[in-house]
Amino acid sequence: MFDFKVVADWLNELLNGLMPSWLATSIECVIVAVFLLAAYSLIAMAYIMYERWVCAWIQCRIGPRRVGPWGLLQVFADVLKILQKELITLWSTDKFLHKLAPYLVLIASMLTFACLPWGKGMQFIDFNIGVFFIIAVSSIGVLGILLAGWSSNSKYTLIGAMRSGAQMVSYELSCGLAVLTVVCLAGTMNVTELVEAQADGWFLFKGHVPAFIAFIIYIIAANAENNRGPFDLPEAEHELTAGYHTEYSGIHFGFFYLAEYLNLFIVSGIAALLFLGGWMPLHVPGLEGFNAVMDYIPSTLWFLGKAFFMTFIFMWIRWSFPRVRIDQMLALEWRYLMPIGLFNLVLMAVVVAFGWHF
Amino acid sequence: MAELKDKISALCPQAQFDTEGEFLLVTVDDAQWHALAKALKEQLHFDFLTAVVGVDWKESLGCVYYITNTESQEIIHVKVATTDRENPRLHSVSDVWDVANYQEREVYDFYGIVFINHPDMRRFFLRNDWVGHPLRKDYDESEELNPLRLDDEMNEDYTCKWVEDENGEVKKVEGKVFEDDEYVINVGPQHPSTHGVMRYRVSLDGEMVKKVDVVSGYIHRGIEKLCEGLAYPSTLLYPERMDYMSAHMNRHCLCLCIEKAMGIEVPYRAELIRLMMDELMRLSSHLLSYGCLTMDQGATTAFFYGFRERELIYDIFDKTCGGRMSMSYNTIGGVVADVHEDFIKDVRHACDTIEKNLKEYHKLFTGNVIAVGRMKGVGILTKEQAASYAISGPSARAAGLSCDLRKKQPYSLYNEFDFDEVVREEGDSMARYMVRMDEMVESIKILRQACDKLEACEGNEYCAKVPKLIKLPAGHWYQQVEASRGAFGVYIESDGDPKPFQKPYRMHFQAPCFNLVGIVDLTCRDNMIADLITITASIDYVIPDIDR
Repeated sequence: MFDFKVVADWLNELLNGLMPSWLATSIECVIVAVFLLAAYSLIAMAYIMYERWVCAWIQCRIGPRRVGPWGLLQVFADVLKILQKELITLWSTDKFLHKLAPYLVLIASMLTFACLPWGKGMQFIDFNIGVFFIIAVSSIGVLGILLAGWSSNSKYTLIGAMRSGAQMVSYELSCGLAVLTVVCLAGTMNVTELVEAQADGWFLFKGHVPAFIAFIIYIIAANAENNRGPFDLPEAEHELTAGYHTEYSGIHFGFFYLAEYLNLFIVSGIAALLFLGGWMPLHVPGLEGFNAVMDYIPSTLWFLGKAFFMTFIFMWIRWSFPRVRIDQMLALEWRYLMPIGLFNLVLMAVVVAFGWHF
Repeated sequence: MAELKDKISALCPQAQFDTEGEFLLVTVDDAQWHALAKALKEQLHFDFLTAVVGVDWKESLGCVYYITNTESQEIIHVKVATTDRENPRLHSVSDVWDVANYQEREVYDFYGIVFINHPDMRRFFLRNDWVGHPLRKDYDESEELNPLRLDDEMNEDYTCKWVEDENGEVKKVEGKVFEDDEYVINVGPQHPSTHGVMRYRVSLDGEMVKKVDVVSGYIHRGIEKLCEGLAYPSTLLYPERMDYMSAHMNRHCLCLCIEKAMGIEVPYRAELIRLMMDELMRLSSHLLSYGCLTMDQGATTAFFYGFRERELIYDIFDKTCGGRMSMSYNTIGGVVADVHEDFIKDVRHACDTIEKNLKEYHKLFTGNVIAVGRMKGVGILTKEQAASYAISGPSARAAGLSCDLRKKQPYSLYNEFDFDEVVREEGDSMARYMVRMDEMVESIKILRQACDKLEACEGNEYCAKVPKLIKLPAGHWYQQVEASRGAFGVYIESDGDPKPFQKPYRMHFQAPCFNLVGIVDLTCRDNMIADLITITASIDYVIPDIDR
C-alpha cells in the first residue's frame, strides 16, 4: 500500500534544501491549508449532490438532472446563486454577533475536518490527544448556533437556539462516551495509532459486544450532534420555519448549510476511523490472497468509501423517520443513551482487562 | 315531528311552530331563546349545533340555528330575530354549545348582531377597521367607506364582551387577549405548517403552549356575499373553491339542495357517478392528509408516497372532468358529461394500487416508535367536546362520536352500499390518523361496488331534464353531505323572485373546517409547540374552507 509519507518527506527535504526552515514550514502550512480548503469545498458539493440523489431515490423521485449531465452542474449553479445573494441584516439584530456566528460554525467543522485520517501517511493534524482534540473543537459549533439564534433577535430563532443548546450539550456526552469506549479498547488517542491498531481487524468486529453497542450509540448521538435526521429540532422547519438560521441570507446562510453537510462527512469519517478502521483496508485473517487484493485499493479511497457508506446510513435514517419532540429527545439521551453508554464503558474496560476481545 | 313539537312547546310555551318544511321550525323570541337552548340540549339531547345562519329578513335581523340530536338524528331549526336594526342584540348560546363561540363571531362580522354574554365579541374574518357589515341588505358598498387599505392591520389585542346584569342592563366590558408579559409568537400567516394563510398567535411558556388565538380571514373571499349576486348555476363554482380537497362533495351538496328545492329527480346513473367521484375525492383527500401529517412531523418520504397514489386519482378526474383541482363536474340535475370510456378500468386500477400501498404506508409510518410517541395520547378530544364543538368527520369519529352522514342521514345512493363507519374511542392524534387510514379502505370498498353497479347500469342518462332558467319557490332549505373533513351544509333561502335570472336571497355554506379550527385552542393547550403542529395536521383543516 502506498504511503503518502514518502511524498511529504520528499517535499519537506526539497523545501528545506532550498530555503530556511521557517520559510519551508510556512510554505508547507499554506500548501496543506489550500489542499484542505479545496477538499472541504469539493466534498461539501459532492455531499449536496449525494444527498439529493439518495433522497430522491428513497422518495421515488428522479432528483436533479437538468443542469449538466445527470444534474452534476446543479450544485455549481446553486453555489453561484447563493454567492450573489444580498446579505440582509435586520435592524434589531446584534450586528457583530450575527455576522460572527456562521464563521464560528465553519471554523469548528474545519478544525475537525483536518483531523480525519485521509490515508496512509496523510494525517494533517496528528498528535497524541487526537481524538480528544476532535471532541473539543467540534463543540465550538454549538457556540455559533447559539449566537446565531440569540443575535437574530427573533422569537423563532431563539427557540431554535435554545433547543440546539440543550440538544448538542446533551448528546455530546453520549458521543464522547462512545468515543472513549473505543479509546479504551485501543489504548491510544492518537489518530494514526488508532488506525494502525485496526490492521488485523476493525474495532467494530474486534471489540466484542461493547464495540457494537458503542457503534449504535455513536450513530444515534452523531445524528443528534449534527441536527439531522429525527433530531433536526433546532431547525425544525415545520415548527420554527428554519430555526436558528431563519434570519440569515446569502452566503451566511450558505455557511450554515455548508457546515451541516461537512459535519455529516465528519461524523461519518469519525465513525469510519473509530469503528471501520479509518483508511485501513478490509483484512480477513487467514485469507492472504484476499488481503493482498484489498491492499491494492488506495487508502484514501478506502477512507472515502467508508465515510460515504456511513453517510448513506445517516441519510437513510433521516429520510425515513419522523422528528422527535424536545422532551422525547432529552429523555432518550438522559434516560437511555447516557446510562447505557456509561455501563458500556465499564463493560469495555472489563473486556479489555480480561482480554476477551478478538 | 308532532311529538317533538309537543315536547318543545312544553319547554317553551311561547314558541311558535311551523311543520311545513323539511325540518321542524321553531320561532322564539330572544328573551326565551337562551333558556330554550339549554333545555333543548339538556332535556331533549339536541347536543349538536349543526349550523348558525345569520339572515337579514329586511324587517328583522336574526339567526337560524340548525340543531341535531346525535342519538336519534332528528334535526330542528330555531329562528331567533330582532327588529332593532340600529343595535341588534341577541343572547349568546356559546355557553350551551361551544361551537357557537366562533359561529356567532361570524354572524357578528357579517350582520353586526351583538351577542350578549359572548366571551369574545371580535370580528372573525374582516379587518378591525372595516366599516359596516357586508351581508346586511342595507350595506353600503361604496369604496370611500372601505378603500383598499395598504397599511398593516394592527394586532387585535383587545377584546370585549357585552354583559347583562340582573336588571337586564347590557354593558360593554373590555378585556385583553394576551397579558403584557406573555411570550407570544406568530405561527403564520406564512408558515410551512399552517397549510395555507392562517395565523395563530400562540402564547408560550418555554416550549409549552398556553393559549392559541386564531386570526383568520387572510383568504376570505366573501363567497356568501358573491353568491347573492349570481344566478343559481353560477353559484355552483364556489363550493368547490372552498375545501378544494372535497370539491366534488361540496358541489354535490349544493346541487342536491337546489334539486331538493326544485323537486328535480336525478337519474340513477348520474347519482352513481356523483357518488363515485365523491369517494375518489375522499381517497385523494385522505392521502393528502396522510402526506401532510407525516411531513409535519418531519417524515418527508411518506409525503411523497401519498402523493404518488393521488396522481392516479387526479388522472381519473383529468380524463373524465377535464380538470384536476376544480373539476366543475356536478351540475343541477346530474353531471355535465358522461364518464370517460376508461373510467371503470382506471378506478379499479387505482383501488388495487392504493390498497396494496396502504400496507406500505403503515410499514413506513404507523408503527414507527417516534410517530407513535408523537401522536398517541396527544391532543385528546372527548366525545362530549366533539359534540359541543360540532366537530364532524374523521376528527369526531376518532373521538367516538358516530356522525357519518352517509350512514346517519343517507343521501345520494349510500344506503345501497355495504360499508362500515369507522369509529375509534381514543380521540387523540393517533386515532384521527388511523380513522383516515381505515376510511380509505372503506372508500375502496364502496368504489368497487360502485364499479360493478355502473357496469350493470344501462343507458347513458347522466343528467335530468332541467329548466333553462333555474327558479326556486319561496322558502328555505338545508342540505348536508359527508365531505372529506366532516359535514358540509348548504343553506339556501329564496324569496321566489319571478325575474328570469333568480338570485338566492341568502346562501350559507356550513364549512366543516370552520368548526375544526375551533378546537385548536382546546386540544393544543398545555402541549408542546411541536404538538401544536401535529395536532393541527391531524385535525386536517383546509384554510379556504374556514375563510370562505
